[in-house]
Amino acid sequence: MTLELKNVAKHVGTDVHIHETNLVLEEGSFNTFLGPTLAGKTSLLHLIAGLEPPTTGEVWFRGKNVTGVPVQKRNVSMVYQQFINYPNFTVYENIASPLRVSGLPESEIDARVKGTAELLRLVPMLGRRPSELSGGQQQRTAIARALVKNSDIVLLDEPLANLDYKLREELRDELPKFFAGRRCIVVYATTEPMEALLFGGNTATLDEGRITQFGPTAEVYKKPDDLVSARVFSDPPINTAAVTKRGSSIIIGETIELPAGKAFQSIPDGPYTIGIRPHHITPTVRKTGRAEIEGKVLVTELSGSESAVHFDLLGQTWVSLSHGIHRFDVGSRAKFYIDMEHTFFFDRQHRRIEGRG
Amino acid sequence: MAKILVNDLAHSYALDPQTDQNWALKPLTLECADGGAYALLGPSGCGKTTLLNLISGLLKPSRGRIVFDGRDVTDASPEERNIAQVFQFPVIYDTMTVYDNLAFPLRNRAVPASDIDRRVREVAHMLELDGMLNRRASGLTADSKQKISLGRGLVRSDVNVIMFDEPLTVIDPHLKWVLRSKLKELHQRIRRTMIYVTHDQTEALTFADKVVVMKDGEVVQIGTPIELFEKPSHTFVGHFIGSPGMNILPCSIEGGKAVVAGTAIETANGSAYRDQGKRLELGVRPEFVSFGNGGIPVEVVKVLDIGRYRIVEARHSNIVVKMLVPEDAPIPQRAHVHFDPGHTRIYEDGWVVP
Repeated sequence: MTLELKNVAKHVGTDVHIHETNLVLEEGSFNTFLGPTLAGKTSLLHLIAGLEPPTTGEVWFRGKNVTGVPVQKRNVSMVYQQFINYPNFTVYENIASPLRVSGLPESEIDARVKGTAELLRLVPMLGRRPSELSGGQQQRTAIARALVKNSDIVLLDEPLANLDYKLREELRDELPKFFAGRRCIVVYATTEPMEALLFGGNTATLDEGRITQFGPTAEVYKKPDDLVSARVFSDPPINTAAVTKRGSSIIIGETIELPAGKAFQSIPDGPYTIGIRPHHITPTVRKTGRAEIEGKVLVTELSGSESAVHFDLLGQTWVSLSHGIHRFDVGSRAKFYIDMEHTFFFDRQHRRIEGRG
Repeated sequence: MAKILVNDLAHSYALDPQTDQNWALKPLTLECADGGAYALLGPSGCGKTTLLNLISGLLKPSRGRIVFDGRDVTDASPEERNIAQVFQFPVIYDTMTVYDNLAFPLRNRAVPASDIDRRVREVAHMLELDGMLNRRASGLTADSKQKISLGRGLVRSDVNVIMFDEPLTVIDPHLKWVLRSKLKELHQRIRRTMIYVTHDQTEALTFADKVVVMKDGEVVQIGTPIELFEKPSHTFVGHFIGSPGMNILPCSIEGGKAVVAGTAIETANGSAYRDQGKRLELGVRPEFVSFGNGGIPVEVVKVLDIGRYRIVEARHSNIVVKMLVPEDAPIPQRAHVHFDPGHTRIYEDGWVVP
């Protein structure tokens, strides 16, 4: 029982919003679409929902071609970034509204509304109107509306983006619980890598109208197929450099020679792009197998628990992120240590090369 | 550039405020040093934007004074206060080029053309807008527009203070990193007084030298990012700052030690505790919790892998402790959790025992 996009593409005039895409989403799965603004996340959600027809390709659901079926007949729910509730309805009536058209008996509606409200911790607010709620409560009401009708597919388009940081943290924690044990397919679109990691489930990385990789979240994060997926799925942004691999060394910009990690000593010599996540570059040596580089400090950001140091290496900005407090004078030269075992190597086509041994 | 003094400042949007809740900002005294970088941090409705609008002159305070460099500006208009402001949504002229947008605040003040050109190019260079100076603003992406907005805030060299009201909220995470560090770098270079309002702790902590944490119209703590992280003076600060926030566990005290789940725990301030009978809590950040031989016996109930570390939830009956475990470290199923005594504190009715 799945949702399947078969060679689906979306063109608007001469613009390609979604390149030819194939994707299979399983029932009961939580899937995150991760990518920057304009990567195609919303377009893809609209194609899945049936809000827009694909230019080419087909959408299949539970073994049936539903490409031409309008959204009203698809049992799909959507939650948007803006909290959309009926301002004149109470929370109770807002949650009940999707059931009113279904002709369910009142007792069934009442049971479902109360059950959903309990799950979303909205019971004390059932009698209030949206204007009397906090942003988090308003968005929980919108989510409750999406859940109450037991949709087959629930699509959430950056639903937490308009909320305060702490509220976002709470709802992030709660969201997967709301869906646990349900049969529906959940798709959650976000620009934030941290959200994908916190939700687990599956992640699709998107860039310029393409899904660049799809799989279990931890795998996509730890084993990006290519440079684009690694970039999309790194926060803070991943450090990259063009290098030449020669024997057991890698050379950055002709002058800096570093030992390649054990797993990469036996890959063929030649040009590569390396990718290093900022937490794999530290201002102190914690483990062996680290390569030393020296850069000029541009700016340091101390958040209390972590220190982000931005430094210049051969005219390019690098970021190191480490636990604890590490102070540096701006403009000073400082040493940093790269964890070469966690460094990604990408070939000329920007495909990731698997290490050996 | 100016030193800003806010003296016994308070504001109510109600004409005749009766109760505490009528005050959006409760009496506050605050000094911002000349050239400092400050952040006002707190959840929606905490009064941070009200305070910002009072300083900028968009609002007149119900009481109190605002002084710039010894000059009382409480009754001065925003123009007279000579400030620059950057808002959450880009405020730019769509029909103008990027260059003209940046030049606008200077042309408005009849700055000589040669100076305008120099300043515009400097700011454009700092914000990496050099390549698009001749383009019309209307066709640009949201983040480019916000860069222009930041540029307009930074272009004048004669302002007393530059104020930022959630300037990065609508920006993608990747670009947020770039703009945030750019702003910090700019501050380090031009050393102008800057006040930055946000609900995002990361933005506040990484940008500011001093962070003013607010809640319900009141300041809860003012401190450097490190002070707020290491010594939260209130459980609210412990919770609001840090991700995940501080563990706050009900406790009792026996012989100068905190007791949680029947286990005696060394703290940094246990010996200073005098009173009895109030609400007592122990606060320890997930960063300062580790697996150890002694401590509270727990069962690991949840592990969230967020890449550079794991967030582990460990439970003892109804007490849940969150902790951070590095990328490659093992996680046992049953264990004891140990709290770093130097970073474990007792709180009485929310406030840290001095």
